[in-house]
Amino acid sequence: MKRIAVLVVGVLALGAMVWAAQSPLLINGAGASFPYPIYSKWFDEYHQKNPNIQFNYQSVGSGAGIKQVTEGTVDFGATDGPMNDDQLKAFQDKRGSAILHFPTVLGAAVPTYNVPGVSGALNFTPEALAGIFLGKITKWNDPAIAGANKGVNLPANDIVVVHRSDGSGTTYIWTDYLSKISDEWKSKVGKNTSVNWPVGLGGKGNEGVTGLIKQTPNSIGYVELIYAAQNNIPYGAVKNSSGNFVKADLAGVSAAAAGAAKDIPEDFRVSITNAPGKTAYPISSFTWLLIPQKFQDAGKREAVKGFLKWMLTDGQNYAEGLSYAKLPKEIVEKEKKAINSIQ
Amino acid sequence: MATAKTTLPNAGPVTGSRSFLSRLRDGDEIARLTTMVFAASVVLITLLLVYELWTGSALARAKFGLHFLVTRVWDPNIDQYGALPFMYGTLVTSAVALLIAVPLGIGAAIFLAELAPPRISDTLQFFIDLLAAVPSVIYGLLGVFIIVPLMRTVIFPALNEPLGFMPFFKGPSYGVGFLTAGMVLAIMVIPYIISVSREVLLSVPRDQREAALALGSTRWESTWKVVVPFAKTGILGSVFLALARALGETMAVTMVIGNTPTISASLFSPGDSIASVIANQFTEATGDVYLQALVELGLVLFLMTFILNGLARILIVVTTQKGSGVPV
Repeated sequence: MKRIAVLVVGVLALGAMVWAAQSPLLINGAGASFPYPIYSKWFDEYHQKNPNIQFNYQSVGSGAGIKQVTEGTVDFGATDGPMNDDQLKAFQDKRGSAILHFPTVLGAAVPTYNVPGVSGALNFTPEALAGIFLGKITKWNDPAIAGANKGVNLPANDIVVVHRSDGSGTTYIWTDYLSKISDEWKSKVGKNTSVNWPVGLGGKGNEGVTGLIKQTPNSIGYVELIYAAQNNIPYGAVKNSSGNFVKADLAGVSAAAAGAAKDIPEDFRVSITNAPGKTAYPISSFTWLLIPQKFQDAGKREAVKGFLKWMLTDGQNYAEGLSYAKLPKEIVEKEKKAINSIQ
Repeated sequence: MATAKTTLPNAGPVTGSRSFLSRLRDGDEIARLTTMVFAASVVLITLLLVYELWTGSALARAKFGLHFLVTRVWDPNIDQYGALPFMYGTLVTSAVALLIAVPLGIGAAIFLAELAPPRISDTLQFFIDLLAAVPSVIYGLLGVFIIVPLMRTVIFPALNEPLGFMPFFKGPSYGVGFLTAGMVLAIMVIPYIISVSREVLLSVPRDQREAALALGSTRWESTWKVVVPFAKTGILGSVFLALARALGETMAVTMVIGNTPTISASLFSPGDSIASVIANQFTEATGDVYLQALVELGLVLFLMTFILNGLARILIVVTTQKGSGVPV
């Protein structure tokens, strides 16, 4: 009896030692859900290549990501909208060091609609989108819409606006764009992950918005480009700052980032909606990793730096397969320099 | 626990029968204390919940005070929050749900308990219990795929044409809205009303029925005038259980209410409810006041449930004092 007990204890101890020796360095992160598919792919691939490092990412939402990294319950955060000055200050006050933004990939929001009798892609001017979402343009045959769609037989029906009901990075991109192209939107509504919508119905998630649009004739809303692409949802083209109508695709989104690269600030907190560039898609945005500038644990620091370098080089090759737009070269070079400031 | 006690004396020297017996008696004491702690934990959890909601909303309460309850604006960009449209939506959808579910549920329970052959009653009861166990997101899907299109194409024209002059039935209808959410909630809470009411009706003593029949009443008269009044408090209990479920339902409501904080008399208008807006906005809520306003909404919902339950208690006490029925 005793011998068996000793044996069992021995085996358990051995197992624990083996487990301890093999258990990798665990780095926890939390935040945005929009980039979750590519982050989990990256973290998985990186773990395959570096078995001693394991990233654990929870897609709890940008707001929760910012909150958790500020409180120090996770090692890094992720967000679809950059942290504002108050949040940066809160981080500085609480942790005694700064937090850095690292753009990882790009996303975009696209207008999608259900207009009986219209099958092709509609063209939207910034004025038309702002007017529709402000509730000022109420009919589909309004000259502001019809003017950009010559030859399309638009009905005289009331427009039903659909937006996201949950707080979302997609809403942030959409309202950020509307704030840039319409002063009225900027002063009346503003940009945020959820806003006080002047008109419209709310649907939960991309699927909720899509469901409402499919079921409601004469409706218009917005969804993530990646969601529209993967589910074959038709969407319209938007007029960019150069006056061209661009139907969103990955190249157009990357072009928007490249167009904005010249003026990108050192901390990468920049909106690239309505960016310059002939082929730039105007409703595009970065999504960011939030990395504390100072790590107490040297092992974690080196692991995070190593991952960021890999993410900017090899990691970018995974982006397009998952319908994310790659970072343009200019941004990658800038970010590589920024990695060195992590201490 | 008992086995552990009985094996103990074998391990060491025998300790004597008196102390063993007293330890058994102590066992009674232990059981009493343990179960008391379990019972007290319910109270503790409730108090903890209120405490958390109260402290977690301190900033918002200080900033808005009682205006929070009467303000219509909900705007994260200017940090202004008001609960009124959400309170309105919660109350209206729950009221619609009860208006539909109570007659249907009680009627079905009367049939199952009093009129149906036992075999049919038991089979149907099995399905009803099954319905009560369906997750709410499934009811939400049912709402999205069946009730929403039906509302826009059939129910809205049917109600709007003859009754459109009344503010309740004014258009337009988008399919989603107060009435749709109320209907989905009604479907969700009907199984609760049927299940509990049926049990209560079945527990009415047999001699009550026999006495009524012996006095010359018909089957229906004995059911409606004797059995149902006898079971009234229990049936009311089932209705309040249903109300509690309807007030707090989140997922199914979010999917069909339209998520627009409006206050409109029209049942076809899209709206929003407290539980729904919390679920929608909590994860992406940044600023402190924003987050705390959402917690305060939780506090408001808790208080609404508390007050409605209190009113229910009073109603039960008042109706039982008037005569018929068993005391609670």
